[in-house]
Amino acid sequence: MGLRSYVITRVLLTIPTLLLLLTMVFLVMRVLPGDPVSLHFEKKADPLQMEQMRHLLGMDKPLWAQYFDYIAGLVDVNYFSAHGYPNLGKSMQSFEEVGGQVFSAFPATLELAIYSMIIASALGIPLGVIASKSYNSVLDHLIRGFGTVTYAVPVFFLGVILQLIFGVYLHWLPTGLRINPSVVPPPTITGLYTVDSLLQGNFVKFFESSKALILPSLTLGLILSGIFIRLTRTNMLETLRLDFVTAARARGLKDSTVTYGYALRNAFLPILTMVGLQFAMLLGGAILTETTFSWPGLGRYIVQRINFRDYTAIQGAVVMFGLFVALVSLIVDILYAYVDPRIRM
Amino acid sequence: MVRIEMKRSMLARIVPGFTSLVKKGPSGQMVIIGMIIVLALVIMTAMGPWIAPHDPSRSGVGRIRIPPNWQFPLGTNHLGQDVLSRTLCGGSIMLQVSALSVLLCFAIGVPLGLFSSYVGGFVDSAFSLVIDAVYAFPGLVIAIAIAAMLGPGVVNMALSIAVVYIPSYFRIVRSQVLSIKELTYVEAARSVGAKWYTILSRYILPNVVPSIVVVITINFADAILTAAGLTFIGLGVTYDIPDWGWDLTNGRTYISSGAWWIIAFPGLMIILLALGFTLIGEGLSELLNPKLQR
Repeated sequence: MGLRSYVITRVLLTIPTLLLLLTMVFLVMRVLPGDPVSLHFEKKADPLQMEQMRHLLGMDKPLWAQYFDYIAGLVDVNYFSAHGYPNLGKSMQSFEEVGGQVFSAFPATLELAIYSMIIASALGIPLGVIASKSYNSVLDHLIRGFGTVTYAVPVFFLGVILQLIFGVYLHWLPTGLRINPSVVPPPTITGLYTVDSLLQGNFVKFFESSKALILPSLTLGLILSGIFIRLTRTNMLETLRLDFVTAARARGLKDSTVTYGYALRNAFLPILTMVGLQFAMLLGGAILTETTFSWPGLGRYIVQRINFRDYTAIQGAVVMFGLFVALVSLIVDILYAYVDPRIRM
Repeated sequence: MVRIEMKRSMLARIVPGFTSLVKKGPSGQMVIIGMIIVLALVIMTAMGPWIAPHDPSRSGVGRIRIPPNWQFPLGTNHLGQDVLSRTLCGGSIMLQVSALSVLLCFAIGVPLGLFSSYVGGFVDSAFSLVIDAVYAFPGLVIAIAIAAMLGPGVVNMALSIAVVYIPSYFRIVRSQVLSIKELTYVEAARSVGAKWYTILSRYILPNVVPSIVVVITINFADAILTAAGLTFIGLGVTYDIPDWGWDLTNGRTYISSGAWWIIAFPGLMIILLALGFTLIGEGLSELLNPKLQR
């Protein structure tokens, strides 16, 4: 199978997975108890008014019809070209379009995810290599200990501690929001403040938005780095014992060449796959990080809507998360196939 | 008499097990340290109600937000509850939630994985497709969505966490069974006419158990952190039940006024508990990794 047909098959396989996820989310939201409509009214509400609201939200239709409406809305191309986002229904709390809200919250989450991922890889992969090189030494134990502890720390606890040290005591960094409220956010091009401000050529805005990013992405990055250390270390340990590494050593190659040029290059593929898988965990952590730092992303959107039992909003945000995860795993798989031709067979 | 005999023989098996763990080097020691931490915290939580100096759920036992002193060694929180008493008793909710969710995952994930991979064909593909979809998705998002619909509470938290971790059990069991069921001894059992459930339970399951144990310990650590996360976004218990997650969540608002002790101690307890399980899991997985054995 060539690379192109592999990519096509892989893309086609993503569709049923997404549809399945969507169906499950839809069912969970509808079948489990809880009524968003009654939350809008006092205890003694007019049944007629409640019925009207149910009708407005399409909740008086049978379940299968609601499901069909939902799917039809999602793939409605006309709606998408008119609004710039898919039809995810109307919020049960504010009656606004969920698609618009979800799409405007997404870049904040994306920016946080990208920077956290950079911090986690920059910290985790080199430390993992160093630990595997000094297997069972004091250094190995220290790095491993660091990795294990970061894994056990609740994200929001670390966030609060960092806020306390760098925000409350030292006053070095802001403890919340994407940009200093006195600075006007850069015009939306990609939605990522750091990128948009650079495109605009405004370094003050770039500086302010980077400053706001440091604590949230450090929090999430540190937590994730533990997993990266473990994965890199285990994969490197396995690879360093293989024959080709011994052969390279026997040929008298420099130690750094053997480690980085031979072993890490081969251990890198499984690491890459795992990094892709960790993206899902990163997004979970993002929900808690966003809540801790008042970061106006998708995670905080979900948390705010929970109290209103805003089905459509939660559902829309979950679908958005699902699309994002599917896209990332698609990219990782294609990269993998590009690097390692055996996958395409 | 018979029971005493049995206990003695179990003890005789466990003690050499421990000494052999010590001999296995750092990984074995990690397992032992992890076990000690977990056991200590479980005992502390179980004894909590008896050894706590104050009623952990009563507010106003002292003034609010008193720093640690002789009367309140860990201070009081924003409701005037004794932090020491709440720290001693506060593990109960997390331990209940994680134990219940692990039990649920085990009871559903393992039989499903065994059955699906043994039967193979369409059934297996269908199960795998559903499970993989859940597995690839951010666990906390699913747990939040389900818990948000079910509402707060111990059982609801455990249920929503279980949904997230069933795939881990299913996948590990399935991948092991797929390779084990082709081995000659299974074929031999089948050829002498052993029933499918005999083959699954007596011939295949024992070989899968080591990997399941690793998943269980990691599941415990994750469940504790997820339970803390669910509590953090308001899907946990109420203030009158001592819970580390609740203390951490509600104490953080007062940290800017310098009241660090409200969250520091429950936070450390959560870290310790999760760390204990992580150490066990990581140590075991390294001990059981055949590629690392010389």
